Amino acid sequence: MQAVIQTDRLTKTFGHFTAVDAISFEVAPGEIFGFLGANGAGKTTALKMLTGLLKPSQGKAFVAGYDVERYPEEVKRRIGYMSQRFSLYEDLTVRENIRFYGGIYGLSTPDIRRKTGLLLDKLQLGAQADALVGSLPLGWKQKLAFSVALLHEPRIVFLDEPTSGVDPLTRRQFWDLIYEAAHQGVTLMVTTHYMDESEYCDRVSIMVDGRMDALDTPGNLKKHFSAADMDEVFRRLARPDEPVVRDGHVPHIFKSPEE
Amino acid sequence: MSRFSAFVKKEFRHILRDRRTLMILFGMPVVQVLLFGFVLTNEIKNAAVAILDPSKDVSSISLTNQLLSSGYFRLERNLSSTEELEPAFRSGKIKMAVVFPPDFAQQLAHEGKAQLQLIGDASDPNAATTLINYANAIVLDWQAAQNRSAAVPPLRIEAQTRMLYNPEQKAVFNFVPGVMTLILMLISAMMTSITLAREKEMGTMEVLLVSPLRPIQIILGKTAPYLVLSFVNALIVVLLGMFVFGMPLRGSVLLLAGECFLYMFVSLSLGIFISTRANTQIAALFMSGLGLMMPTMLLSGFIFPRESMPMALQVIGNIVPATWFNPIIKGIMIKGVGLETLWLNTLVLGFMALFFIAISMRNFKDRLA
Amino acid sequence: MSSITTTNLSKAYGEVQALKNINLSVREGEIFGLIGPDGAGKTTLFRILATLLLPDSGSARVAGLDPVGDYKKLRTKLGYMPGRFSLYQDLTVRENLEFFASVFGSSIEENYELIREIYVQIEPFRDRRAGALSGGMKQKLALCCALIHKPEVLLLDEPGTGVDPVSRQEFWDMLRRLRQWGITILVSTPYMDEAELCDRIALIQQGEILTIDTPEKVRAAYPRPLFAVRADDMYRLIRDLRELPGAAGCYAFGESAHLSLRDTAIGLDDVRRYLIERRHEAVEVSPTPATIEDCFIEFLNH
Repeated sequence: MQAVIQTDRLTKTFGHFTAVDAISFEVAPGEIFGFLGANGAGKTTALKMLTGLLKPSQGKAFVAGYDVERYPEEVKRRIGYMSQRFSLYEDLTVRENIRFYGGIYGLSTPDIRRKTGLLLDKLQLGAQADALVGSLPLGWKQKLAFSVALLHEPRIVFLDEPTSGVDPLTRRQFWDLIYEAAHQGVTLMVTTHYMDESEYCDRVSIMVDGRMDALDTPGNLKKHFSAADMDEVFRRLARPDEPVVRDGHVPHIFKSPEE
Repeated sequence: MSRFSAFVKKEFRHILRDRRTLMILFGMPVVQVLLFGFVLTNEIKNAAVAILDPSKDVSSISLTNQLLSSGYFRLERNLSSTEELEPAFRSGKIKMAVVFPPDFAQQLAHEGKAQLQLIGDASDPNAATTLINYANAIVLDWQAAQNRSAAVPPLRIEAQTRMLYNPEQKAVFNFVPGVMTLILMLISAMMTSITLAREKEMGTMEVLLVSPLRPIQIILGKTAPYLVLSFVNALIVVLLGMFVFGMPLRGSVLLLAGECFLYMFVSLSLGIFISTRANTQIAALFMSGLGLMMPTMLLSGFIFPRESMPMALQVIGNIVPATWFNPIIKGIMIKGVGLETLWLNTLVLGFMALFFIAISMRNFKDRLA
Repeated sequence: MSSITTTNLSKAYGEVQALKNINLSVREGEIFGLIGPDGAGKTTLFRILATLLLPDSGSARVAGLDPVGDYKKLRTKLGYMPGRFSLYQDLTVRENLEFFASVFGSSIEENYELIREIYVQIEPFRDRRAGALSGGMKQKLALCCALIHKPEVLLLDEPGTGVDPVSRQEFWDMLRRLRQWGITILVSTPYMDEAELCDRIALIQQGEILTIDTPEKVRAAYPRPLFAVRADDMYRLIRDLRELPGAAGCYAFGESAHLSLRDTAIGLDDVRRYLIERRHEAVEVSPTPATIEDCFIEFLNH
């Protein structure tokens, strides 16, 4: 099957600083692709290039079949984007937000009306349809934002730390939505600081200093690094010089709960 | 290191590291004074002139010397005939020509009047008019001096016109104090309100509040550096006014400095008052920009004379500190008056300072929200 | 001895009730974790304890002092690190530290021993401006700044937000080592796994405390059998398990799903059989102890 994201030595430099250093990877349709890395490792810059917001310095990236450098508008039409920081207008109602996003992606009015109904049903937000988004709990906002990002049926949705600060139940419900979208063939590229969430991804990439140092299924990564969990994989990559010390009083925070 | 001096040191570091702020701090007054000076007033200096003086007698030479020593004119060339006039103008090298009659001194001595031709380059009508006016004035001036020395009853009364002979210089006298009031207000009020709002925005205010620093220490620590900088600015503006635009400083330097400090104190307390209301830098900028700058420029008599304002605006203008400071600075610099004339204005400013400090101390929250 | 106590503490912002009758007590020298999602009221509670907000009702004592009445005295005894690292971005590491030391009437040298372990990690970047540090470095610097006057009580509001997992672990190592100085630490976090590193925790949601205990006891109080289940297709696995008769809930936990059972008669084999009937591949089922997240979800569902 043809890849929906394909990069070839994608590079971004700012002056002498190389933020993204020749990363090459492919993402298949319907894949949940985990995009991990410490702060400043280059994740955000890479995401910006893939969503057509930033011009690559070198290399190529094709998203939904289009070269992001030459056809950023075509790319933008076919992707959805949601981040923790900005997603919905707090001073508009749920319905108004849906109408607005439907509008900017060129959906017809009957289409928007139909989808609004479906979306409100699915999220059980019918009673809050005319409430301001700002008055909703964070978890609901995030679920709504994700659904709105899917409104124009994009082939790929980029999720930038979608679950940070959300309660554990809502976090799972959010991942239910992600699974469901993937099941319907949408490709999802997710960044997260929760290591357990990286286990939910089909494949995980880990960026260190602008390079993509690891890219595989969570199972293979753990095997390769002979690590008990993704946390340990992450730690080995991010601090390669440091021996992994597990002294008595650091309990299983960074091990998976099964241990 | 004491808490307070650590605070002031930190504040200076913020200012010195932020090049944009520094540029605004020191660039703004200089640029504004020069802009007002050279663009808004059309005073002309060292204009190139040609002299055609076939008589070359005591009077014509004396008048020529007076013209050239005025500072407004510079001798570009001496002409020997009227034929040379047109080529001289056409070459663009001269802006004005002075043409004496062949028997200038004689005419003056015998007929009590003489013809003098002043020719301006009217392709630039403003400059030409200005130059002719200058020259006219100087001629009248010279004539008056001649009359006095000759002990002859003056033929004309020129004394009144003399003070007014340079309408543009009156503008200089107006804008230097005006710019000073504006700049001091802006630097003091805008910068302090923005810098306090920045701490709130960055979240560092939370930590400062939780520290043993007292609110007064925070306030004074924030304002002290700007007090110093504003004073430097005041100095720059006064010096520019004096040495670039020939403003006099007839009154007491000490009084001027003291009044400047008082005015800065009013402005700083206004800035603190604004910062107790504004939680973001943008809000602080808007409040100080719209709330202070516009009234200061429009209502204080800096640009538009207060006398021609409707009564209501004059009344509103009374609560603008600049309205009271403007006459002080003009009085000291131009008229050379002292406290005996300026006591009311000084008192009003003093009250304003106390008032704003009092309400901003009351409004300064040592807790959040 | 209690270092922090609150009695029926409540606070509302207009219509929103941020805190509802909060009662808790933090013992001297312990690390007490306030665990809950964004918007649970953690920051409001911190600000009240840090003397920055006044409660609507109820009272509190911090280091023996009332944050409302004795706030000036209390401020000298507090180390407070707000959610966003409150550093001066345009000052260097060293200058930030010096400034906060002076403001508290202390110096870097005076309490160097306290911050030494943390400071050595950021010392190589001593002359770098705080704005140019990574999240983990900023976090360490902010901790140094909060500790520099040797406070009795340290209030850390979400110190792990925006910091990568490796730095978070290092940070917790430091906090645990700080216990030797007898400093009481109240720390909040939305990351449930960090609960395990606290001596005691309070789970908080929508301004209400759900439970207070040691992490072990909170986990032991989980009311039902819990199985960890794995299979190849996670999405289908979770959906099928939720439809299992007798299931109370099923959620993804890392590489396996946690199945909570209402019906205690259901055994491992029953679950296995059920899944194989539904054509799941590579099925693994095993009993598992509850994590703090399981417990939190349990509270949210009731």
